[in-house]
Amino acid sequence: MTALLAADPVTGLANMLGQPFVRHALLAGTAIALLSGLVGYFVVLRGQVFAGDALSHVAYAGALAALAAGLDLRLGLFAATVGVGVLLGLLGGRGVGDDVLIGTAFAWVLGLGVLFLSIYTSAGSNGDATANVNVLFGSIFSLDGGAAATASWVAASLAALLLLIARPLLFASIDPAVAAARGVPVRLLGPLFLAIVGGTVGEASQAVGALLVFGLLAAPAAAARRLTADPWRALGLAAALAVLAVWAGLVLAYAVPALPPSFTIVTLAAAEFAVAAGYSVLRGAPGTADGATAGGPEPNANLASGLHGPPS
Amino acid sequence: MTGFSLDLVADVRQLLSYHFMLNALRAGTIVAVLCGAIGYLMVLRRQSFAGHTLAVIGFPGAAGATWLGLSTGLGYYGFCVAGALVIAALPGPGRLTGGLGGDGESSAVIGTVQAFALACGFLFVTLYQGFLSGLTGLLFGSITGVSDDQVLALLAAGAGCLLVLALLGRPLLFASVDAEVARARGVPVRLVGAAFLVLLGLAAAGASQITGSLLVFALLVTPAAAAGQLTARPGRGLLLSVAIAVSVTWLGEGIAFYSPYPIGFWVTTLAFAAFCLALGYRQARDRWGSSRAGSRRPAPAVSPAGSER
Repeated sequence: MTALLAADPVTGLANMLGQPFVRHALLAGTAIALLSGLVGYFVVLRGQVFAGDALSHVAYAGALAALAAGLDLRLGLFAATVGVGVLLGLLGGRGVGDDVLIGTAFAWVLGLGVLFLSIYTSAGSNGDATANVNVLFGSIFSLDGGAAATASWVAASLAALLLLIARPLLFASIDPAVAAARGVPVRLLGPLFLAIVGGTVGEASQAVGALLVFGLLAAPAAAARRLTADPWRALGLAAALAVLAVWAGLVLAYAVPALPPSFTIVTLAAAEFAVAAGYSVLRGAPGTADGATAGGPEPNANLASGLHGPPS
Repeated sequence: MTGFSLDLVADVRQLLSYHFMLNALRAGTIVAVLCGAIGYLMVLRRQSFAGHTLAVIGFPGAAGATWLGLSTGLGYYGFCVAGALVIAALPGPGRLTGGLGGDGESSAVIGTVQAFALACGFLFVTLYQGFLSGLTGLLFGSITGVSDDQVLALLAAGAGCLLVLALLGRPLLFASVDAEVARARGVPVRLVGAAFLVLLGLAAAGASQITGSLLVFALLVTPAAAAGQLTARPGRGLLLSVAIAVSVTWLGEGIAFYSPYPIGFWVTTLAFAAFCLALGYRQARDRWGSSRAGSRRPAPAVSPAGSER
């Protein structure tokens, strides 16, 4: 494991890539990062970060419910996240309503996750405490070849699906009323998008864990929005920044075995955001389309402007 | 331990014969009173996301303290209060207020900060070898871990908080309901807000030691939300919120003692049930009592309009 430090960088990198578990992590990590960056951009643009947070709680409960029932972890993970994603979308899309109600409900969902955890761990020798840690904080280095291939296929399909609906979705996100008037199926896009978010949360949970999904989902997207106001460029940039964070994070975690990969990936993604925010402040102009959080006195400017208003 | 019987008095007596349960109940009571009161004001001030963030920040604090060989309580209090001061110092009064939803950009920033804090906590846990079993306790709480010292620290923190809250109460309520008018009348709104955030940090740190960092919401938000369904009057709502928080904690700890399932599950479930009951009660009262005069819609205080996007 210390080969990367001992040798010169090129040999070290070659040694690293010679390890099958690193190749699996890179394969799955790249696909998942690409998907998270793309989806995260729309999540931030549509003001649905809280839905992502809610879905990560559901991911934990779902994965542990599957483990407690003796099923494949991923079955519960995806059934829960995609199902609740669609449900949230049908309940009213972005205007999920009362935040206190939702916060209360999802605190309970997390409590249910703890129940499943105790059922699973007390059920005996079929599982150990690491399964819990893996669901919460990810275990990208422990993916085997099959799991990595499945994760990349699912991620690639979801990314393709998102790109397919990207144009109408962007239109519907920026101005739902006009989009609806122009014949964009706004009501269909909302639940479909949240189903994709659900799938993404499930995918990202395998890489960085349910608790740290935000690091891949929100940080690169928020960074990209600070750097450019052009939506398509920001979309690509968000994906590129997410992939960069995963690659650099994996290399760093490999080089310094004390650091878990989830930590390095999330830290680098957060650092990307910090650098982007600093850059946009130095440049003087907030790169975001609406400039809502440039430190101005009107934090809800984009709510007031109706840019993110509910579809009428 | 002989298990649960139908004789409730004997059950309670048996439960109280264990020192760790006494400590858990003492700590739980202090925390519940504190969270019920401060949580009510937090919901009124629409700072639930700040409360959630402060609770999450407590996790790397506690994990880091364990790694360094310090007491977890120190880590909780240190990080939560420091986090509260940072939030209070941030420009833009609304940056960390607002509902859980917030607008996309600022909630993305908060989400990033939370993920980073959790990642740091995970790093500390990993660096401290062999601590993975304690991880569940830090995140989801346990009833066995409360020491005498922790109870004393909680008591000191709780009494101090309630005293400050009592002194701060009137201007705080004024500033929460209408910041502009309060400022015009000479209330130091910003200072009052900062002081409240520190109180919130202390309450979140205290609650983390009972319910764990991830389930603080169950004590901080849910009782307050339930009370908000039942009455619109701040004074009565605050007392009701405290009462709900205390009953939920006592019941949760009692059931957790006799059942194989952890306290985090019971406290969140009971709190959520209390909230659902309150919601149902209000809906029923709205439907059948609508012919009577009087204020029947206490909702605005608790369901912030800012969250409806």
